Amino acid sequence: MKKVAIVATGLTKFNKTEKSLDSIMLSSIKSLFENTRNLDQKDIDVVLTSTNANKNYLANIISELSGIKPKISHSVESLCNSGTNSLVSACAYVSSGLSETALVVGGEKTDSPGLVLNWDMSRGEFKHPIFWASMFTSAHMRKYNTSLEDLAYVSIKNHNNALDNPYAYFEKLFSLDDVMHSKNLTENIRQLDCSMPCDGSAAVLICSEEKAMKYTDAPIWITGIGQKTISASFTKNNDLTSMESTKTAVADAYKMSHKTSKDVDVAELHDAFSVCEIIELEDMEFCQKGHGAKFVRELYDTGNKKINPRGGLIGAGHPLGATGIAQVVEIYQQLSGKAQKRQVSSAKTGLVHNMSAGSTSSTVLVLES
Amino acid sequence: MTRFEDELKNNNFVCSECVKCKHLVWPPSDYCNKCFGDVIWRPVSKKATLVEFSSKDGKLFCIGEFENNIRVFGTLEGNSNLIRGQNLTLKYCNYDEMPKFVFQTD
Repeated sequence: MKKVAIVATGLTKFNKTEKSLDSIMLSSIKSLFENTRNLDQKDIDVVLTSTNANKNYLANIISELSGIKPKISHSVESLCNSGTNSLVSACAYVSSGLSETALVVGGEKTDSPGLVLNWDMSRGEFKHPIFWASMFTSAHMRKYNTSLEDLAYVSIKNHNNALDNPYAYFEKLFSLDDVMHSKNLTENIRQLDCSMPCDGSAAVLICSEEKAMKYTDAPIWITGIGQKTISASFTKNNDLTSMESTKTAVADAYKMSHKTSKDVDVAELHDAFSVCEIIELEDMEFCQKGHGAKFVRELYDTGNKKINPRGGLIGAGHPLGATGIAQVVEIYQQLSGKAQKRQVSSAKTGLVHNMSAGSTSSTVLVLES
Repeated sequence: MTRFEDELKNNNFVCSECVKCKHLVWPPSDYCNKCFGDVIWRPVSKKATLVEFSSKDGKLFCIGEFENNIRVFGTLEGNSNLIRGQNLTLKYCNYDEMPKFVFQTD
């Protein structure tokens, strides 16, 4: 397999606008072209789009609007981990030699049809994601004595980190009291424990090792990939204190990259809800099982931005099809030393974790400078 | 409207069972997800166990498990002194654009 490099990125501000999905996606591609030397539309032989919008022929539409005539173009949809799914597909094209240079662009509007999986009969009338999040939370609270205050620290940490991210949806500092007294959606999920659906787009350009130096002096390498789907139904998660698909995906990504959690300098974790970050930290071996809340508290108390430096989904917002790609953009910037106020010092190895539908599917990527 | 939805509307919770390997296929499907054998419909036991629970606006909801296999979300009525693994009974089910399950503590 050929080595695959990330050589350029583009991003839009996450917000709520009147702009069309096409226009939002085109904005992140425009930003990518403006930031990249020697890049010509003719160089790009694959265009993959990532969204949950029911848009026919979207990759071809985006290609035409961008002046690109790719060999291969199609959309990838997998609810909230559509973005990293599309990047994994693009990696396969480049590493196999089918493609030299692939553009991956994700985008979503606030009212995305991907917010609720109506197919899942097992959720009964409890279709909204807050209900699966509440089940994870109940289970973790019971088994590990996790408190509502512990959960609130995930939210204030990530909102605090988002203040240094000019592309984040939230631009406001929230206190512990704000989170604790935000509206109760269930007995253990408050409004500020939740990620916010919004408009947004992110784009990355990947290419083979032979082409990488044309576009940058400092490519970032995709050295580990793990992806696992256990089901589409949330209730197939047997242990509600854990995320089975995430454990498998991260083990595969660590194995492929010959890394462990100890090697990871900076990570983007899929904090759709506060409890998710705590469980993920444990399942990805950043700390022992049951110690996720303590780990978060230490990060907050010491101002350590190692986990979710851009603010996570809770602070930065969650435009579904763009989220996984925006996470990759953040780790690219961190490993390139270009994350400005969010910069984690001397970051060499980064990790992206992106999951969907109550962790029925997860993707983990290891990136290295 | 599928057979599954029709039966739920009549307060019957049914599921598909493989005629070849007897696997209970959940969610219902036209073929077995273990061996791709043909399936028949059969009633699901009304007895369940409590997997997890929470509440919204003071009303309990839970995941109940039937026959060590089928897990569904539903509302929960009865004793509020709840213990994971305790027995529940499916009191009522329905279908109105989405399935509805109501459990009661034993």
